[in-house]
Amino acid sequence: MRIFQSAVAAALVLAASLLTATAASAFTVFVTNEKDNTVSLIDSSKLEVVRTVKVGQRPRGVILSKDHRWLLVCASDDNSVQVYDARTMELVKTLPSGADPELFVLHPSGNPLYIANEEDNLVTVVDIEQDKVLAEIPVGVEPEGMGISPDGKLLVTTSETTNMAHFIDTATNTTIDNVLVDSRPRVAEFTTDGSQVWVSAEIGGTVTVIETGTRKIAARIDFKIPGIHQDAIQPVGIRITRDGKRAFVALGPANRIAVIDTATFKVEKYLLVGQRVWQMGFTPDEKLLFTTNGASNDVSVIDVEKLRVVRSIKVGRYPWGVVVAPF
Amino acid sequence: MVAAVAAPLALATSVSSQQPAAGTGARASAAGGQHRIVLVRELREAPPPLSLLDVPPSDDGVAGARLAVNDNATTGRFLQQEFTLDVVQSGKAQELVGEIRQRVDAGAAFIVADTSPATVIALADALKGKDALILNAGSSEDRLRERDCRPNVVHTAPARAMLADALAQYLVWKRWPRWFLVHGTEPDDAAFAEAMRRAAKRFAAKIVEERPFRYEVGSRRADGGHEQVQEQIPALTRNAPAHDVLVVADESGLFGEYLPYRTADARPVAGTQGLVPTSWHPALEQWGATQLQNRFRRLANRPMRPLDYDVWVAVRSVGEAATRAKAAAPAQLIAHLKSADFDLAAFKGRKLTYRAWDGQLRQPILIATAKLPVTVSPQPGFLHQFTELDTLGVDKPETNCRAYAP
Repeated sequence: MRIFQSAVAAALVLAASLLTATAASAFTVFVTNEKDNTVSLIDSSKLEVVRTVKVGQRPRGVILSKDHRWLLVCASDDNSVQVYDARTMELVKTLPSGADPELFVLHPSGNPLYIANEEDNLVTVVDIEQDKVLAEIPVGVEPEGMGISPDGKLLVTTSETTNMAHFIDTATNTTIDNVLVDSRPRVAEFTTDGSQVWVSAEIGGTVTVIETGTRKIAARIDFKIPGIHQDAIQPVGIRITRDGKRAFVALGPANRIAVIDTATFKVEKYLLVGQRVWQMGFTPDEKLLFTTNGASNDVSVIDVEKLRVVRSIKVGRYPWGVVVAPF
Repeated sequence: MVAAVAAPLALATSVSSQQPAAGTGARASAAGGQHRIVLVRELREAPPPLSLLDVPPSDDGVAGARLAVNDNATTGRFLQQEFTLDVVQSGKAQELVGEIRQRVDAGAAFIVADTSPATVIALADALKGKDALILNAGSSEDRLRERDCRPNVVHTAPARAMLADALAQYLVWKRWPRWFLVHGTEPDDAAFAEAMRRAAKRFAAKIVEERPFRYEVGSRRADGGHEQVQEQIPALTRNAPAHDVLVVADESGLFGEYLPYRTADARPVAGTQGLVPTSWHPALEQWGATQLQNRFRRLANRPMRPLDYDVWVAVRSVGEAATRAKAAAPAQLIAHLKSADFDLAAFKGRKLTYRAWDGQLRQPILIATAKLPVTVSPQPGFLHQFTELDTLGVDKPETNCRAYAP
């Protein structure tokens, strides 16, 4: 028995050293568990949950403040955004958010925060230092996806029932243009150079790439996976590498991440992950990508360079959002 | 008494969308324009339901239309499109048909019908050759999709055959293939029983016994409580061959609710009562449905019912066609709605489309108890060469509809 135990221990040490080789730095991965009302903290070097923290009701969208001091969590059923100290996970304060906040995005300067209020057909603009609502911007039915240009001048929100990407001038907080996309757009993501915004359409099954300047559609990407019915291919989360070369798209109940060459808009590869994959987050060095798999209660870890799934980690029930801190 | 009375023709112009608001970034577009939707309600005599909880609200269906026209308008203000909803209701079918014909001649193009099957047909024939579409949200009658189908009618209400197939798939998936069928004596009960017989054949279940429930007028809610029912139901269901589930066909709701917990054998009850197939459930929260439920409750101050959903889908289909057709003329919107390019996101986890052979909306069907959805059909393993949704109802090779054309 003793011999067996040390064999296991040796194997674990070996496994740990292999992992250390993949992820040299230790980061903290924050995962919101929609059904459990918790946030799971994962150590990116150990690839295991190191802490689980109770938060508000139905936590979904999650981001870090620009200085990484705060973790912001959309507590949808509490109709608020909770601000936690990202290192201690002590609740610092609660921001006014409007009804049913789901996703949000910070201005690149670090303030204000733009929140999609699904129930009110509004985007709420909140000063996160002074805790007050600066503006409410009417958009389409069920706004959800939130993207902001790297220069902070343009905000894009997608409305799920109106099926549009609304382009909002952040100087005036007014809509300047609306681009029709396919059914039920969930996420909007700008490229690092700001020239394009990528919008996923969950029911339409496509990703639309919009030229930021002209609002013309540069590409409409669709997905085909042998053995998977088209209706099960439901794009949600989008992440684009900093160098702008690759995009990762989470395909929901198709249980796959599509890897897209941004130059050709062609799918290079499909990576099999857990069930009903929705959101993703890179480590700051972009070596690892974490995916939230709602229906299988786990997080898949992708080696970005090798394009391989290296681990799945059990978290809470219905993991939804994910963000990685540089500590 | 909750029975709907034959009211004189009542016309209520209820909702009209606003002009494009400032700051919406609306761009003038060829697709702009006004789209007039009319909800036609035929007020029909109905017996009071066994349960006070099931008394239908007076705005059943109407509230779904109001919500959908609001949703359409919110989208429409970005495209300079306006949507109006008028509600026309009467107990007299002929009056309704005349009124609708006039309104279509005056420019209304989209008629959402909550009427009897006969009135759906009368409306379709009255509007023959006009640029107008009837969206049947009120009747599950199979013949409207089959031999009595019409080229100018699509159906958002699920066909009875779809409901029966959806339930049958789940019973078979549960390995409950032996059914004891108890049916009422109304024509609709016979139709539901027939749909269950067809479903049993399709999915290899077996009806081991059939018994009619003979409903005596006046005996149903006699003064007195549970005593007689408690005797009557075991007597009705006694000495049946071995079965896994009791399937009840009682569309009028005259006795079905009496069956659960009173049958001679301890078996679950499914069909028109007990575990039921339905297009919508007021407690559905999957696929973003919570948002629709909350929006509805804020508007109507009550839970969303299946008829509200079927009407919502009809009115939203018009809005979606207007958004996508890149045209304002009704004929082009109608052509787009019926085309393979049309799809609607409607909180069912996948796109909804209209079948090309009979105009029936393809949709997943919920299987539910009174409190919660239990599952959604099609069930895993029921395969189809094009879409699993076509395992529910009458598929293309089986259709007897000749008149419909997309």
